[in-house]
Amino acid sequence: MSESKNVVILGCGRIGATLARSMAKEGHNVSIIDRNNDAFRRLGIDFPGNKILGNGIDDAVLKKAGIEKADAFVAVTNGDNTNIMSVQIAKEKFKVPQVITRIYDPIRACAYRELGIETICTTMIGARLIKDHIMGIELGNMAEYCALSDDEAVL
Amino acid sequence: MYVIVAGGGKIGHYLTRALLDANHEVLLVEKDRGRADYLAEELGEAVARGDACEVRTMREIGMERADVVVAVTGEDEDNLVICQMAKLRFRVPRAIARVNNPENVDIFQRLGIDTTVSSTKIIFNLIEQQIETNEVILLAPLQRGNIEIVEVDLGPDSPVLGKRIGQVILPNETLVISIVRDGHAILPNIDVDFRQGDSVIALVTAERETQLRDVFGGVR
Repeated sequence: MSESKNVVILGCGRIGATLARSMAKEGHNVSIIDRNNDAFRRLGIDFPGNKILGNGIDDAVLKKAGIEKADAFVAVTNGDNTNIMSVQIAKEKFKVPQVITRIYDPIRACAYRELGIETICTTMIGARLIKDHIMGIELGNMAEYCALSDDEAVL
Repeated sequence: MYVIVAGGGKIGHYLTRALLDANHEVLLVEKDRGRADYLAEELGEAVARGDACEVRTMREIGMERADVVVAVTGEDEDNLVICQMAKLRFRVPRAIARVNNPENVDIFQRLGIDTTVSSTKIIFNLIEQQIETNEVILLAPLQRGNIEIVEVDLGPDSPVLGKRIGQVILPNETLVISIVRDGHAILPNIDVDFRQGDSVIALVTAERETQLRDVFGGVR
């Protein structure tokens, strides 16, 4: 029986909203931040978590979303740099134990992974999955898809 | 020096021009094609079109041989990434960042980007300089920001009025550099006395700032 976590999500796009709904449904305490009110529509009408309207690199907004008590902070806005900046604020300033971000740019994802930031590069994962699919290779180890290599990333 | 300026807004534009006039090698990186073309008309080859946040672009412009990278885009998060990549990945000795929102200065410094310029903060300090007496006004942080040059204007109730420098016990790790009186800077020696209206310029470590204020401004 896993314990309930306090999760703060920045960015209510498709991935943020999906993650928020999923974790809230499992009983976790979820707060989600977006600077556009319309984005919260993706959560549906029965979303039990907290919706915070505001800019995710603003201390006041982050505190309102409960970052001081957060177990995990997730940055999934459309902007790689906003994501990078906000997870570092969460980690260095608010000492959130687990921080994770989706970064589109494979090179930046790699660079920040090397700095100790947990990054998920959906670009690379998607490209590899599709390539394996095309080549008829059985979908493999998730860890391999997530691994980042600078060479592969340079187009 | 080879200076890379990221962001072709007004600051980037005029900064590049000034650096070129001072005979530095400069590259101004601007991501919008129209703006880059416009800048190139005046600055020629000193302008490159590209996104300075992209590591690929950084390699193309030779960031590893830059002496200074200046990030002056309109977005703090872009400036942060540019400076972090410059320092950590390309080992550029100096990175200077424009910080639009003064609240963000804190995260930049925590991440080791200690030279930040926030015009909001500078103007704010200038306004405060006009108003406050007996307050310690920060003029300039040095290096890692741990040492500061500060100014204290002596008001009518300052406890040091009428005393000579030699008679005032200063906190450890502080140094009076100059006393500015009626527009003239006086070099301190132990016989110089403190008068109302004097501006005392001092070098102090950040931790001692409060103690310095107590000495010159009185305990409140």
